[in-house]
Amino acid sequence: MARLLDAVIRPAFADPELERRHDGAQLDISGPIAFTTDSYVVRPLVFPGGDIGTLAVNGTVNDLAMCGARPLYLSVSFILEEGLSIGLLRRVVTSMRTAAANAGVRMVTGDTKVVDRGKADGIFINTAGIGHILSPAPIGPACVRAGDVVILSGDIGRHGVAVMAAREGFGFETVVESDCAPLAGVVLDLIESDIAVHCLRDLTRGGLASAMVEIAETAGLSIALDETAIPVREDVSAACELLGLDPFHVANEGRFIACIASKDASRAIDILRQHEVAGAAAVIGKVGDGPAGQVSCRGALGISRVIDMLNGEQLPRIC
Amino acid sequence: MKFRDEYRDPTAARHLAAAIAGTVTKPWTLMEVCGGQTHAIVRFGIDELLPKMVTLVHGPGCPVCVTPLEYIDKAIEIAGHSEVILCSYGDMLRVPGSSGDLLSAKALGGDIRIVYSPLDALVIARAQPSREVVFFAVGFETTAPANAMAAYHAKREGITNFSMLVSHVLVPPAMRSILASPDNRIHGFLAAGHVCTIMGYEEYEPIAVQYRVPIVVTGFEPLDILEGIYLCVLQLEAGRAIVENQYSRSVRRDGNRQAKAVMREVFRVIPRRWRGIGDIAESGLGLAEAYADFDAERRFGPVRTAVDEQGVCISGNVLRGRSKPTDCPAFGTRCTPEQPLGVTMVSSEGTCAAYYRYRSANAGSGN
Repeated sequence: MARLLDAVIRPAFADPELERRHDGAQLDISGPIAFTTDSYVVRPLVFPGGDIGTLAVNGTVNDLAMCGARPLYLSVSFILEEGLSIGLLRRVVTSMRTAAANAGVRMVTGDTKVVDRGKADGIFINTAGIGHILSPAPIGPACVRAGDVVILSGDIGRHGVAVMAAREGFGFETVVESDCAPLAGVVLDLIESDIAVHCLRDLTRGGLASAMVEIAETAGLSIALDETAIPVREDVSAACELLGLDPFHVANEGRFIACIASKDASRAIDILRQHEVAGAAAVIGKVGDGPAGQVSCRGALGISRVIDMLNGEQLPRIC
Repeated sequence: MKFRDEYRDPTAARHLAAAIAGTVTKPWTLMEVCGGQTHAIVRFGIDELLPKMVTLVHGPGCPVCVTPLEYIDKAIEIAGHSEVILCSYGDMLRVPGSSGDLLSAKALGGDIRIVYSPLDALVIARAQPSREVVFFAVGFETTAPANAMAAYHAKREGITNFSMLVSHVLVPPAMRSILASPDNRIHGFLAAGHVCTIMGYEEYEPIAVQYRVPIVVTGFEPLDILEGIYLCVLQLEAGRAIVENQYSRSVRRDGNRQAKAVMREVFRVIPRRWRGIGDIAESGLGLAEAYADFDAERRFGPVRTAVDEQGVCISGNVLRGRSKPTDCPAFGTRCTPEQPLGVTMVSSEGTCAAYYRYRSANAGSGN
């Protein structure tokens, strides 16, 4: 165990806080902070566009970003299943180091446990993160106002399809890569440009649909989306058609929506599009004062349908 | 997306809707047979593009909806055996049996796995010879050939730890049953394009003649459905009743001969009880005698007929096209996809689920 830490994990993260080999990190933070935690379990551990390590860093970094915070520090906790290949672990921790460097966040404390074979699924990772809140005004669903526009940062559905295709070995003609990416840079650019950001939400589990419904319900407002404005890549669309999945419900790991004051819409789009992770940002809808919690979507034929949250897992259709 | 967006073109859709409106002089009620078509109609709001005189009612073609309660119970019971790996299509897992569904049985420790193809279940059986792999073979003629192939290969390869719990159903007997009902109000059918891709449409020709009802084999995209409706309405207005093929890019009159051959080899036609509807003669498929060794009912005991759920749920009438989901007092309140009272609320192809998902529960219609 000590060898595992010394040979693989600690050198990969190489942070002075870890090198102090103390019981915890001692940090000097002032001002309002955001604090979040998430556990990562994914099968397969490696998928096109990333692995569980990339997810574990970006996921927590993005949750901090959605609070309008600059991510500063992460804790990392591993649960490893006996028999896990050291090569795979090395790959995962290297991915974490790279993702942390890209997001400008430090991994300052951690823990590793090894459990008997069969008691875990390869690797489980928990990360918790602390960030410094930069947004001058509160950000959250309760801050959304009727008249706000809804901006989506890019195409949807890639992560969920990438993982499912890798897990089930569908062998599609093209490989769909996860969109897993850190979002703090682009979000902070919006905030620092004085865009009136009222709510941010990354579109992870449950996808765009669940995020929109949760926001509408909490805000007590309605949201009307325009389906033709929502980008879905052709290969993702094809996979969803084939499997009977709705891209609106498929998970993403590098996409978010922003509800912002409509006066700032075009400026926000210009800012977002300067970042690679939000190059295809677009206004996809508007917040209204219709029935609280109702999300509707105008489709290709000009007729609106109601958008519902994902109920449990998406189950592939029979035929 | 190529080969899809062309069939969702709004201008062409409006032209077809206008053509339908320009043709109709009398009220007509059409039934789309397949749950996939129902899903598309409600999702795209196709019914809202139609003139008031054309009413669409939704048919029994949701495979998980019509699978009898007792088969779900049997699948759960089989999954309770420690040596069993029960393989199923994904959307069967949430269908309620008399007490619980397969997802709950999985949570209680049953080894229940979602497969995308029955041949995947066979792969598991080959890899784990010490386990009993049971595939829950349900569906219409669409899934029957692939399910038949699993048994066919198992027999050829002498795989002994594989069996199937079979509850297959056939479309034409269900259409006959609806048409023969004294309170039938269906004037024309949109037949299920994918079922006909397998079976062809010869077998629908005697139905069109006997019941004087137009049948249009129809695809699943908005323009397919609108064109299917248009062809059906043209026939009705002209007093004709023949089988037409709108979905010619996929369907031939004699269907897929190889698929039909393997179905004939592995299955035989048997009477079948449909959930919510009842017994329909010669409306199902069971394993042929030569494949009886692969019958899970022989290994784990026969399915015992259960009593269908009672109470407020009107899914039987919804499946027969007699009622719309919004006619049900429980729709969207006591009955939701999370807490379904009946099967039509469970599957994404179930009519109630489609209405719940795409329409306001209060209004029952898009806004």
